[in-house]
This record gives sequence, structure tokens and C-alpha cells, in this order.
Amino acid sequence: AAMELPLSHSLASRAAALATGYLCYRRGSPGRGLALRSLRRARRQDINDVGHKYYLELELEDVLDKDSTVNCTAEVLYHLGNKNIAPDVQFTLEGELKNTDEADNIFYNRIKSPEKELVAENIPDSHGNVPPEMEPIRLLAWVASGYVIWQNSTENTKFQLAQIKHVKQVKRSDEYLEFDYMILLHDMVSQEIIPWKMTVLWHPQHGVQVTQDSRQPKHASG
Amino acid sequence: MKILLVFATLVAAAGSEQLFVGDQVLRIRARDEEQIALLRVLGEQAELQVDFWRDPTSPGHPSDLRVPFPSLQAVKIFLESHSISYSIMIEDVQELLDEEKKNMTKSRRTERSTSTFDFASYHTMEEIYDWMDVLVDDHPNLISKIQIGQSYEKRPLYVLKVSTGGNLALPSPGRARGSKPPPLQFSTGGSNRSAIWLDTGIHSREWITQATGVWTANKIAEEYGQDPSVTAILDSMDIFFEIITNPDGFAFTHSSNRLWRKTRSINAGSDCIGVDPNRNWDAGFGGSGSSSNPCSETYRGPYAHSESEVKAIVDFIRGHGNVKSVISIHSYSQMLLFPYGYKRVPAAHHQELNELAKKAVNDLAATYGTKYTYGSIADTIYLADGTTIDWTYDNGVKYSFTFELRDTGRYGFLLPSTQIIPTATETWPALLDIMVHALENPY
Repeated sequence: AAMELPLSHSLASRAAALATGYLCYRRGSPGRGLALRSLRRARRQDINDVGHKYYLELELEDVLDKDSTVNCTAEVLYHLGNKNIAPDVQFTLEGELKNTDEADNIFYNRIKSPEKELVAENIPDSHGNVPPEMEPIRLLAWVASGYVIWQNSTENTKFQLAQIKHVKQVKRSDEYLEFDYMILLHDMVSQEIIPWKMTVLWHPQHGVQVTQDSRQPKHASG
Repeated sequence: MKILLVFATLVAAAGSEQLFVGDQVLRIRARDEEQIALLRVLGEQAELQVDFWRDPTSPGHPSDLRVPFPSLQAVKIFLESHSISYSIMIEDVQELLDEEKKNMTKSRRTERSTSTFDFASYHTMEEIYDWMDVLVDDHPNLISKIQIGQSYEKRPLYVLKVSTGGNLALPSPGRARGSKPPPLQFSTGGSNRSAIWLDTGIHSREWITQATGVWTANKIAEEYGQDPSVTAILDSMDIFFEIITNPDGFAFTHSSNRLWRKTRSINAGSDCIGVDPNRNWDAGFGGSGSSSNPCSETYRGPYAHSESEVKAIVDFIRGHGNVKSVISIHSYSQMLLFPYGYKRVPAAHHQELNELAKKAVNDLAATYGTKYTYGSIADTIYLADGTTIDWTYDNGVKYSFTFELRDTGRYGFLLPSTQIIPTATETWPALLDIMVHALENPY
């Protein structure tokens, strides 16, 4: 039987963050990022020999248009014991997400045929600024980090993308866009800043894929 | 440069009523050792009250002598009778002082109006410290700056004291950039009024907190005498506000690593630097809610209160003896938290604290709709031991709260500066709720 959790409960908020990250990965693009607006309901179930399952009702918002929200139900199963298995996440969106084809295509065409490959660093900068032309690059990282977050989450982690340290476009002969990112993830529970490398592929019709990713070592003195 | 120093002294002295009307400064050129000796004798005549701004050292090197008006005639006769050549360098010292003072006031006014502090930007430590001095100057009967200790790297730990009770503050004289500000003293006169303690920036990467601290200190100063709640609070209680609680960390976030959290103390036997100042307090110290690894962001330190930044506050609160509320401000997550973090057992005053948090969070949301969650640290974020508010609570400060300001992760620590004023504005009614509650519920 599933137990009702207070909405402020730490376990509920971690599961909600994970579900949001996964959802964002599955549905996001350089023109659409999804963030958690509020947690509406959370229940938790202990499944013997399997793990802990959370039943969540979420309200999500479009990061580019805060007034655009969508409700969602999600189930998150954290597997017992084996830390190498990513949690199972399933979700159902109630209603349609805004169509971002136009924005996606504009970005795609801008980046696909450059004179030289895009390179950038520190997005946002120390003051939280993101140059407007970098916003899609940032959203793409946000979406891709949802994958990394999903793959590496446990009941004792709560990851967010803290910053893009470095991004470099990789030239491709096919239709895909490819970017090598060095990102910093922040885990709220341990408070650690974790550098992570990821290679991201994207095409307007084919969604976002993380083809490679690896955790990087932290520097000792800062 | 010495002239400037002397002027500064005279200005300060002039500020406390000593006047130099009609006094002159003579530039004297002694020809030989005999004349040097005569000048020294002149300087020793107590009734003449002359003073050398530049001492007579050797022939050929001019010396400068300030002569009070009543002694002018006698000194000039002395010099002329011994054929010691001189010229009048300053005809009237007071006139010059008045001119200088006018210029200094004008330039500081210009400083303040042309670069009126931009609350909507993130600032460096020096900018924040300069602004603090301006704030104190603007409210000399309300605000003073005290130093409660030093950081690991020997930076001063400054606290703003906001008080209407027997508070004496010296205005800080205009000073050269880069020079150390004089420590400002204040008199408390008798046993301490009950007080509220606020701190921001204990985790240096949480930049929205120092920025909110600056705005809030300014707001408190502005609203005294205007807002009934602020006025009522300050008419009975003092507020102590430490805005840059971790200056070493803050400097490091500017110079090297924007996401640095801890202090910058060196850990014996490790390459890793720093202790988490919010795991270093002596409340449940050393449990599973902190780390024993110096490389960890939640490293508790070698022992409780090992960090001078923490010890300074411990000593201050203990020494004060009458602190009724502590509000320690962090980011991010949008939460209002109260004890305990080190255990899941509810605090004795859980219900009261919970109700107060609920009210504060509602009043915060009323401003722009920003949603906060609230509850004990352990229930709402995680088990954390050695935290500030667990220590203050266990040491008699009932109304101990921690804020986690905006946002919930979209920008996290790198909150855009455009959100500084909205964040500070919405947090203000919540802070007031807690302070008013402390005022109305003495214990």
C-alpha cells in the first residue's frame, strides 16, 4: 500500500526532481525546457525485494514561457541494492506541450552551417547571465543533463544542472548536430559539484540523445 | 602625502571643535647646524604651541612649522632676529581646512549619488564594505559597524549593529582607497537589549544571499521611523547583521571558483581545503549528517567551532547573552527551515515554529507568487549535523530559522542579478514576520 507523503518531504522532492529530469530529456529540445512548477501529490510504496516506488502528480512549466504549464503524473521506481541500475520512470502528460518546431528549425539552421564550430564557456556566467543566442545551447544541455541525472539518481541524490563549463560543437557530415559539453552538476544532498562530460546529438525530428557521458574528477583545492 | 595625513588629523580635530583661525604654516630654511638647533629650541617653547609638520633635520632641507595665531608675532620676530629665512606657505590654516572639508564632503556626496549603490547587481567584497561605511555614515544614530573576529585568511568579520539604544557611532572620515578602516566603537551602556541576529553568505557561492543582505540592511535603515513594525522592533530590540559571513570563501568565488562553498582553511594532511561552516557547530557534531573527509563539501572540520568564522559568532552570541532570534540565510531551494537537522525528533517548540514558518511563507508568496516549502531541516532537506540554527536553538535562541532563497534549480547558485531585488523584496515580509513574532513573544 502506498503511503501519502507531505509535499515538503525530502524524499518526495527528490523523486519529483528525478521525474522532471527524465521527462525533460524525453520531451525537451533547444526550444523547449521543462522545469518543475510544483509538486501536487506524492505517495511512496515499499515493494519487497524490489525497491521503493513513488507516485507523483506534478505541474511542469516551460522555462521559456512561465505561463505555459502542463500537468503530469509520474511513477518512479528506485531499485533496491544495485546502484548501477537507473531508476524506472514512467509518465503521462495531461495535455499538449507547446509546439517548438519553428524555434528548433531556426536554431538548427543557424548552427548547422557555420563558418566555424560553436565554442562557448561558463553558461550562465557568474552573474547568472545567458546571452540570448546561447539560450538554445543552454536548454540543450538542460535537456541532455536530464538523461545523466536519470541514469545516476538514487533516493539519496537530487541533481540539478549548475553550469555549462565548456561546450564545443563537433562537425558532422550527416544531418545531426553534435556537441561536446563539460557540465557541472550540483547534488543538493551531498552539496557536491560534479563535473561531467557528455556528448549530445540532436536533430529537430529525432530528439536529444546523449551518446557518451562520463563523470570527471574534482580538483582538490578548488 | 604627509600633508594629507596632517590635514586629515586637523579635519578630525576641527570636527571636534579645535579651530585654526589665523594660524599660518611657515616654510623655514635653516642655513647651518646652529640655526637647526635654534629651531629645535623654538619647538620646545610650550607656551608658543607651535608644531612642526616637517621637522628641522639638516641645513638646506626646508622644515614646515604651524604657528598658532597668538604666537605668530613672537615666532616671526625670533626667526628674523636670528636671520633664519622663511616664507608663508599657508596664510590661514582654517580657511584651507574649510575648503578641504567642503571638497571632501562634496566628493563623497558625488560618490554616493553618481555611483549610488546598485542593489540590482552582484558586488565584490570591497564594494560591499564601502557601501557599509556609507550606510553607517547615513544613519549615525542607528547603525554602527563592529568587528567580531577574523577569518582564516585574516579578513575582518564585520557585523552591522542596528540599534536605537545608547548607540554612539563615529562617522568614518573620508579615507584613501585601500587603507584600513578604523574599527568603529559603540557604547551599549548597561545590560544588552534583546537582539535579533541575521547572517548571509556563510556559504560563499550563495551570492543571492549577500546581495539580499545588503538590500535588507538598507531596507531596515530606511524603514525605521516609517514602517510601524520595524519601528516597534528597533524601539525595543537590536539587530545584528553579518552580511559577509565567509569572506575568504567569498573572495575565492570572485577570484577562482564561483561555486566554492566552504571556508578556506587548510586541512592538516590533506590537499583539500576548507570546512563546511554549516556543519561545524557544536550541535549533534560529527554524525551522519556531515562528512569526515576534508575533500567533501560537507566536511565538518577537525572539531566543533574549529573555524574562526563560526567561533566568532558563537562567542558573540554567548557573550551577548540576550539574542532571541537567529535567521541564517542560504540558497537555493525556496524553503524556510527550523531545527532540528541533526535528529528527526521534533524540536520542543515545533508547533510554534511550524506555524510561524507557515505564516512567513504565505506572506512571502503574496508578493510575487514564489512558492516555498517549510519544515524542520531533517524532514525537508536532509539530515545535517553541526548546523548554525541547531546550535543557536540548543543554546537558548528559540526563534532559529534558516531560509533557502530562490530558485529551485533552474539557475541554482547562478541566479541572474535581475532576480536580486525581487528576491529581497519578497523575503522581507517573511523576515519581518519572524522578527515581529520575536518582539511580541518575549521569553
